[in-house]
Amino acid sequence: MKASVIVFPGSNCDRDAAVALEAATGQAPAMVWHGDSEIPASDLIVLPGGFSYGDYLRSGAMAAHSPVMREVVARARAGTPVLGICNGFQVLTEAGLLPGVLMRNATLKFVGRDVLLRVERSDSIFTRRYVRGEVVRFPIAHKDGSYFADEATLQRLEGEGLVAFRYCDETGAITDAANPNGSRRNIAGIYNATGTVLGLMPHPERLAESPLGGTDGAKMFLSLVETLH
Amino acid sequence: MNIAARAAAATGSVTPEIVAEHGLSPDEYKLMVGALGREPSLTELGIFSVMWSEHCSYKSSKVWLRKLPTEGPQVIQGPGENAGVVDLGDGQAAVFKMESHNHPSYIEPYQGAATGVGGIMRDVFTMGARPIANMNALRFGAPDHPKTRHLVAGVVSGIGDYGNCMGVPTVGGETNFDPRYNDNILVNAMCVGLADASRIFKSAAKGIGHPVVYVGSKTGRDGIHGATMASAEFDDASAEKRPTVQVGDPFTEKLLLEACLELMAEDAIVAIQDMGAAGLTSSSVEMADKGGVGIELELDRVPTREEGMTAYEMMLSESQERMLMILKPGSEKSAERVFRKWELDFSVIGYTTGTGRIVVRHRGAVEADIPLAALAHAAPVYERPWSKPEPQPLVTPEQVPAPDSQLGALERLIGSPHLSSRRWIWEQYDHMVMADTVQRPGGDAAVVRVHGTGKGLAISCDVTPRYCAADPYQGAKQAVAECWRNLSAVGADPLAITDCMNFGNPERPEIMGEFASAVEGMAEACTALSFPVVSGNVSLYNETNGAAIPPTPAIGGIGLIPDIAMMATIALKRPGDVLMLLGEESGHLGQSLYMQVMLNRSWGAPPPVDLDAERRTGDLVRGLVRSGSLSAVHDVSDGGLLVAIAEMALAGGHGVALDAPPGPQPDHAIWFGEDQARYVIAASPDEADAIHKAAAAAKVPLRLLGKVGGGAIKLEGEPPLPLSTLTAAHEDWLPRFMARG
Repeated sequence: MKASVIVFPGSNCDRDAAVALEAATGQAPAMVWHGDSEIPASDLIVLPGGFSYGDYLRSGAMAAHSPVMREVVARARAGTPVLGICNGFQVLTEAGLLPGVLMRNATLKFVGRDVLLRVERSDSIFTRRYVRGEVVRFPIAHKDGSYFADEATLQRLEGEGLVAFRYCDETGAITDAANPNGSRRNIAGIYNATGTVLGLMPHPERLAESPLGGTDGAKMFLSLVETLH
Repeated sequence: MNIAARAAAATGSVTPEIVAEHGLSPDEYKLMVGALGREPSLTELGIFSVMWSEHCSYKSSKVWLRKLPTEGPQVIQGPGENAGVVDLGDGQAAVFKMESHNHPSYIEPYQGAATGVGGIMRDVFTMGARPIANMNALRFGAPDHPKTRHLVAGVVSGIGDYGNCMGVPTVGGETNFDPRYNDNILVNAMCVGLADASRIFKSAAKGIGHPVVYVGSKTGRDGIHGATMASAEFDDASAEKRPTVQVGDPFTEKLLLEACLELMAEDAIVAIQDMGAAGLTSSSVEMADKGGVGIELELDRVPTREEGMTAYEMMLSESQERMLMILKPGSEKSAERVFRKWELDFSVIGYTTGTGRIVVRHRGAVEADIPLAALAHAAPVYERPWSKPEPQPLVTPEQVPAPDSQLGALERLIGSPHLSSRRWIWEQYDHMVMADTVQRPGGDAAVVRVHGTGKGLAISCDVTPRYCAADPYQGAKQAVAECWRNLSAVGADPLAITDCMNFGNPERPEIMGEFASAVEGMAEACTALSFPVVSGNVSLYNETNGAAIPPTPAIGGIGLIPDIAMMATIALKRPGDVLMLLGEESGHLGQSLYMQVMLNRSWGAPPPVDLDAERRTGDLVRGLVRSGSLSAVHDVSDGGLLVAIAEMALAGGHGVALDAPPGPQPDHAIWFGEDQARYVIAASPDEADAIHKAAAAAKVPLRLLGKVGGGAIKLEGEPPLPLSTLTAAHEDWLPRFMARG
């Protein structure tokens, strides 16, 4: 699997994503600078976490208009899988590849800790190594992670099975107490209509090897390798 | 009107009032005129005043700091550069330093703390290191002081926003609440970076005619005279100094970091220094002076963000996210390409000369022309009078009343402001970014993996201000020993420390006495533990309206773990394990948290520190950790033995059944005494025999404490204390305090 990681000024999880990708695929991904308008042939494009353009204006808003994003959008529309993590999820919503928006956390504070997620689908290219309904542990680290969309959009996401992950408790129950940021319906990540674009606030790349305290995140990268070769 | 405006309005003439406003005494002014050979211009006066400020010149502390050990086989760079450097083997080096940002953080907590973090990271990446971990040591006033919540919220958010945006994990630290910090909080920020040992960048300018290059953000009028502000006492009018607080932009700093590291990979830089305190002045003066050259600056070429800035303002601005570099001639173009790529300002603003002078030109006029030796070496050095602190009497355990119930006292202690969980703070810090944090906040030391290897860097920040207030000598010794102990507890070889010496007004003999005693205590501990000081800073004048803070020599230490697979944590892991105490017990309750929380007072001498015992015990523990004999380790510090055990139980989610204390001291002295050089360890019963033997061989007392298991802390004769109750007590206080309306 050939992957490309897009690097915006202010990206800071680009290396973490590259390390996790290399561990899963055996080859280092291409690191693509935001000013480039060309992306090498890729089986997967990753928009990493961080503070692109300082999160000034609005998280992800300026990155969504950088030269490289035109190409990302074109590739995504043509079917290339795209994974947006944290700030990458924010960029995907700002670029219109995913619906909704990430608002300031309900606590109005940055939150960095491990959370539990329920895997809503195990038939996507990102999640086939997981079991549907499985509870996994990923870290979150964000200030603007409260997923919001209007009621009609939420209904459509639910109806079409486009919710990827939800914040949950140990038993998999979707509770307010398990929701770290006030996201609507505890949504932590969503797919586009074709299931080829995934945006999520939690960081799978940060719990992808046991010295870091867990390996639940590694399965996402292994799922991608399995599907995309 | 602020100093800068008044100085500018004074149309060139330097009056005694202006001299006084620059924080210089009449004697210092005389010395300055002598060194210069004439009356200074206003710009020159400004330059002298910041270079001779306490903050930049260390004029009160210098004679004492020389007593600290700064060398060792592991030391690549000791004090005197932007940060200290130690060898990690395999061609790698750790670059680290801690620095205070106390006054700005009290005036404007968010920006003050944020720029403190930004400044310390620049000190580290200036030397060619990628920052890999941040820590902070925070001292706030009493929880019931009306400003405390505002300050906690602002400082934590400022630290978090800056470090989080930079993508450098903030992996731990410590926080105290004490009324003696009510009007003068302490914000000490530490940064650790990783560099190639053969690619360390320093600040000494070399060569003549080399370009002097300004990179980073534009210069504004913010922070003018920050260094002078940090060198004066506070009073009720200090809020008026808000304009001297700098404003941080972590996004620009992230770009600056990447641009600097990118350029450092090429062979273009002769010398580089962060424009920190005293900005362009101190960076240009120090670089030229260290290299034994002169420097000429053309201020018209300095990128500014405001119209009409004067030479005085540009030389004294403390605008953030700026660096000064001396480049190899001919490399300007390639260097400029790197900085333009990262959308940063880049300007050749001068060149090195052979004159030994700093010459500053602006709008065709020479604004300053000063021999560098006068700025850097003619500054006064004071041997200030000092008085030895009064020793406090030793308190016997019998003098300290017992609680109704030991477990009841434990519950109160662990839910008190002093020992309650700091989760509310560290969850606002991204402590996982860079995906190398292998020991997160909450343990004895944080551990980050050396990227791409199996090695780990352990980091800890320590000082116990109430000990230092009672006895600065023992307190400072204890701070070094506790740091060394925390690193040993995770299995690291302690390497070196950085220090942040926070004290009151050195012109008062009793404060100078505190400083002198603390340095002596530190020197003794650092020498005995082979734990040299490689960087640090001194923050004096931490007083408001004449009331000084307790002496607070904060110690930031790092240690190396050869193999993170053999690292220890505090969490109890297996029911059935045996719990043991290593170290001598005397039941020392003087200055204990037990006294403070249960009896609401503090008296007596702090626990004495036996450095031989520290070394013996720490070496034993480290050896046991590395041999894989232990399932958990925790040092015994604040709150004593029972608190240490409870913290291990909470971290692991396993209870313990404890044996009755052996005496002869009263039970509460055993459970809550704060004797030093002690560790609680857990191990499988199969290992117990070998551990006993190893302890006997090392001449370290060992006592069996009990067994791991169940969901409660159990003590004979008392109802069990369920972990759920203990967790609630531990986790409740800080979030509730911060949520109070």
